[in-house]
Amino acid sequence: METLMSIFVGVLVAIGTYLILTKNLLRIILGTSIIGHAVNILIITMGGLKKGGPPLLWTKDLTYADSLPQALILTAIVINFATTALFLVLSYRSYQVLGVDDTEKLRGIDDE
Amino acid sequence: MSNLVILPVIIPVITGLLLVILRKYIRLQRFLSIFSIVGLIVVSLYLVNEIKTKGIQTLQLGGWEAPFGVSMVLDMFSALLLLITSIVALCCVLYAFHSIGREREFFYFYPLFLFLIAGVNGSFITGDIFNLFVCFEVMLVSSYVLISIGGTKRQLKASIKYILVNILSSFLFLIAIAYLYAIYGTLNFAHLSVRVAETGQVGLMTTVAILFLIVFSLKAGLFLFFWLPSSYSAPPTAISAIFASLLTKVGIYAIVRIFTLVFYHQPETTHLLIGILAAVTMLLGAIGAVAYGDVRRILAYNVIVGVGFLLAGVASFTTQGLTGTLYYFIHDMIGKALIFLLGGTIIHLTGISKLKEMSGLIRLHPTLGWMFFIAALALSGIPPLSGFLGKIFITEGTFHASYYWLGGIGLLTSLFVLYSLMKIFMNVFWGYTEITIEEEKGTTKGLLLPMGILTALTILLGLGAEGIHEYVDLAVDVLMNPSLYVEAVLGIDPKA
Repeated sequence: METLMSIFVGVLVAIGTYLILTKNLLRIILGTSIIGHAVNILIITMGGLKKGGPPLLWTKDLTYADSLPQALILTAIVINFATTALFLVLSYRSYQVLGVDDTEKLRGIDDE
Repeated sequence: MSNLVILPVIIPVITGLLLVILRKYIRLQRFLSIFSIVGLIVVSLYLVNEIKTKGIQTLQLGGWEAPFGVSMVLDMFSALLLLITSIVALCCVLYAFHSIGREREFFYFYPLFLFLIAGVNGSFITGDIFNLFVCFEVMLVSSYVLISIGGTKRQLKASIKYILVNILSSFLFLIAIAYLYAIYGTLNFAHLSVRVAETGQVGLMTTVAILFLIVFSLKAGLFLFFWLPSSYSAPPTAISAIFASLLTKVGIYAIVRIFTLVFYHQPETTHLLIGILAAVTMLLGAIGAVAYGDVRRILAYNVIVGVGFLLAGVASFTTQGLTGTLYYFIHDMIGKALIFLLGGTIIHLTGISKLKEMSGLIRLHPTLGWMFFIAALALSGIPPLSGFLGKIFITEGTFHASYYWLGGIGLLTSLFVLYSLMKIFMNVFWGYTEITIEEEKGTTKGLLLPMGILTALTILLGLGAEGIHEYVDLAVDVLMNPSLYVEAVLGIDPKA
């Protein structure tokens, strides 16, 4: 199971990297988003994917899933969510002010 | 065990939250932010003293014992950095009063500034690697907004680059944490240190160590500094000064912490790699500083040279090298803030940043000119000033570790730094005075005070280096003997 997940994470990171290397700003943001998913899946996978109950005390299972990675990705998800929202708004604003969404053309615009 | 350890984070967070509510009352905002930063200075002075008498201070949050909860650890290294951070923050906020402009003040400048300080302080005192990530994000998200606040074209262009690079490096950080957790099953620095020492740092762990090095290099501008020059030259002066002084230093702090506390078992691989990266960084930074004729760019490349030099001391991994790193750390935080404020004032006065278009400012602003002269000498390491002792110790450390090439490059780049800063001084301040005081775009009213404080500090640090030697020694002692740190956190002697 871990092997399968690792390959899946690898594919996601590859897609994300490809998207980040393109010119369009929106594609770049999509790329960061996809890498964000890959990272979260990686954390869960690295915590181990053994069989066990959900980490809730009232379910009387003998073993539980590791709860620490779940707490970690919950934190990572909200941080990622906040930065992505900020990045999206910023790219909208820069599209309004600078008038381009092509990162290659960004260089040619004067500062003032 | 002392609840005071958490105060350097709590004070700015609470004041920042309060200032969000008090958005319309700008005078009150100014007063409260000054008040809280002065409070931070007092608390850090007290903590420095406390650590000197009682040793490393730890706080287990929520009363959970060390590897299970989040522990806050304050050793002398962190405490000195906290103190300097709050002094620099005070000067930058004083500078901002007269330069940042009403509009930016109205749109949450002071709360964001305080959140940035909270993130930086949190990174310095945390004893848990995931908590370090969270503190990094607190600092970075505030810096994203600070870099784009005001929304000029230059800032928007720079902020897109800056945010993208930092989001990616945060993902790499998370990946590294995931690997670390899979190998060791713990996130506490002290506990990690014990586990690594038990198992021996073999292949896979060195790989993870190098992944951490890449992550923190991206934050610190070590070799991977391609994002730095444009991001640091875009925002207003008070903001870029705090960036130059603090943001890269947090990355360097993380490298020092990780590679002295956790991954110190294979210095022939990891520390040599740091050395090579530091050498390349110094050379490239020096080339950039010499090449440009723009005040902002020259200063930004000087930040990069400073980063390389600091890590040369870490790469040597000797007592002298680390002592030098500590001295230079303190000097560099003050010096970079000072030189950015001075450069910003020049641009503020003349309205241009190209060296060729200005001259003869010394007749109109002698104080500014001589402060710039002192700052330039201090940054290049001329003896009576603060940069000298750090450079001496770092060079000595690299020679001790027989990295003669590294020490040599460090000395060579000092020359380039001196040349690049003197280039600014001679072009801007000497020569024929072309403009009168009436034709200037701004005044130095109120701006001289914060720069004066910082200049006085660089001189004092140079002359009174003996006075802080005791404190620096205590800090280096912990860095060279990680068992002290582990013992303070876990309450056990790892060697026993």
